[in-house]
Amino acid sequence: MRALTWQGTHKVQVDTVDDPEIINPRDAIIKITSTAICGSDLHLYDGVIPGLLPGDVLGHEFMGEVVETGPKSTLKKGERVVVPFTISCGQCFFCTVQQYSCCSNSNPVEKQDLSAGLYGHAMSGLFGYSHLTGGYSGGQAEYVRVPYSDVGPIVVPDHLEDDKVLFLSDILPTGWMAAENAQIEPDDTIAVWGCGPVGLFAIQSALVMGAAQVIAIDHYPHRLELARKLGAKVVNFRETNVLEALMEMSGGIGVDAVIDAVGMEAHGFAIDNVFDTAKQKIGFGADRASALRQAILAVRKGGRVSIPGVYGGLADKFPIGAVMEKGLQVRTGQTHVQKYTRDLLAKIEDGTLDTTFLISHRLPLEQAAEGYKNFKQQQDSWTKVVLKPGMDQNKTENGTWQSTASTH
Amino acid sequence: MDHDLRTGLGAKAGLIGLLVAAGAGAIIATRHEKSGSRRNPDDAPGFTGRRSFGEYDVVGRTVTINRPREELFAFWRDFANLATFMENVVSVQPTGDNGRAVWTIKAPAGRTVEIETEIVREQPGELIAWRSVPGSDIETEGRVAFKDAPGERGTRVSTRIAYKPPAGELGRLVAKLFLREPAIQARHDLKRFKMMMEAGEIATSARRKDQTRAAKQESKQEEMA
Repeated sequence: MRALTWQGTHKVQVDTVDDPEIINPRDAIIKITSTAICGSDLHLYDGVIPGLLPGDVLGHEFMGEVVETGPKSTLKKGERVVVPFTISCGQCFFCTVQQYSCCSNSNPVEKQDLSAGLYGHAMSGLFGYSHLTGGYSGGQAEYVRVPYSDVGPIVVPDHLEDDKVLFLSDILPTGWMAAENAQIEPDDTIAVWGCGPVGLFAIQSALVMGAAQVIAIDHYPHRLELARKLGAKVVNFRETNVLEALMEMSGGIGVDAVIDAVGMEAHGFAIDNVFDTAKQKIGFGADRASALRQAILAVRKGGRVSIPGVYGGLADKFPIGAVMEKGLQVRTGQTHVQKYTRDLLAKIEDGTLDTTFLISHRLPLEQAAEGYKNFKQQQDSWTKVVLKPGMDQNKTENGTWQSTASTH
Repeated sequence: MDHDLRTGLGAKAGLIGLLVAAGAGAIIATRHEKSGSRRNPDDAPGFTGRRSFGEYDVVGRTVTINRPREELFAFWRDFANLATFMENVVSVQPTGDNGRAVWTIKAPAGRTVEIETEIVREQPGELIAWRSVPGSDIETEGRVAFKDAPGERGTRVSTRIAYKPPAGELGRLVAKLFLREPAIQARHDLKRFKMMMEAGEIATSARRKDQTRAAKQESKQEEMA
């Protein structure tokens, strides 16, 4: 089959690799119809997440058609399914308390020691990511092997097209859980750093949950415009003193909760970020945490800090004093996708949530490498790339708002 | 107590005797004896202590498995099942008498070694302890204990395995593989047991059957044979 493979930093290519096959009884093989490039794929592309090997098949946002099932799979051939990026057995302690992304069985035993040393506990399995999380082949391919197919994949009705449901695999539940972790109350002002896909879905979710005001912070004009269209107030950190603005916009109380949807590769020109960037470049392992530092300073006393943004290592100059002295609550984690898919599918079906506005580009799988490059280098206009293995190779499609993007 | 393996511990009770005598506290008992009248410093399992066990390597690990105690005990007690999750074990063949069994274990250069063990203590649903019979190439003792976890969390399964590093040419060969990292091997085996019992299968991130760790090890073994 054809698949997008990682070859090294800033080097990905579509290769012919072995087709997957059923190995364990609960497996299923899915023929991919749509698969997206995620912001966290860019962390892999940039080489800042450890534990990738040349030839690894990337992609953890995908959906498709069931073409083969193991004897213990509950799926049927021909069903359309969206697959959560978190691989979860459904039977261990963590899965039974719905902490699916903490599953203790999905990461192969021989891979568990890698992350146990780093984090004190072994990570669970994720598709198309680091070998710290199992090294599972991902979905930016024609086919994928899906373990525990009786637990993860959600069957979607035929009348909902791929673009409407694809993001149930990761970013929609991730944005939703980010808002849930902010513990939103009706009169709250919520600030969201980063208007990438997760930030935008967090904004949408926070408004659905009843926040009085959501403030979006970014520096890409077009992404801020998307946030505004969703109903957020926007702040451009290149033009505005963010801390002062947030204090004023929250009536001098401070924002009630903050959401860091940026993660370990924050842009920013404060001196701390310059040091972080230098250390990351020389492989010193420091995460660039400037967005998180600012969020912790911005949040009100007794407020909540929600971190859906990805971090992988250590962060220097973490303002632990502000966390303690202001009495903050911090919630974070890889998304427990399986906990949210059913409810969110219902919200898509009844029109409460729309996800299609995000898609800026649709490309054939063969052009995946180009998709990575542009998603990385033109973040303002390339908001979300969906790869379609079945799409005519000479055809690409831009999202409906592409015309406004071209003004920048 | 006539087993010559005991001599390593002098006139004191055999290691396995200590292991089974007081459950998790057994090795701590050894620590008491060695440290004279000093009080036990804390409540941690003895093998986690920063001390040595003389000529024995003692490894241990506990996992919580979300299944009933009796089911886990029954699976383990059928020694033939052990090869399904113990990576270096080719087979365990019960021979019939007194819970005796012959373990066939992978060794370097495609060879295998056999160890005969006997069950020295069994408490149905709770504990199984075994040791190698006198004259074995590898001297080993082990036990597995099953305890109800709090509330609905299933069962805490603890293994303690003691090895005496083997002597002789074969012993050295075996040590290369089997005893190189016994702590890692024991930990991995126990996690595979947990996967088998909870998920019904052992996780692999391979794309094809011939790329799984088990398949690769098998073909490597055949190649060298």
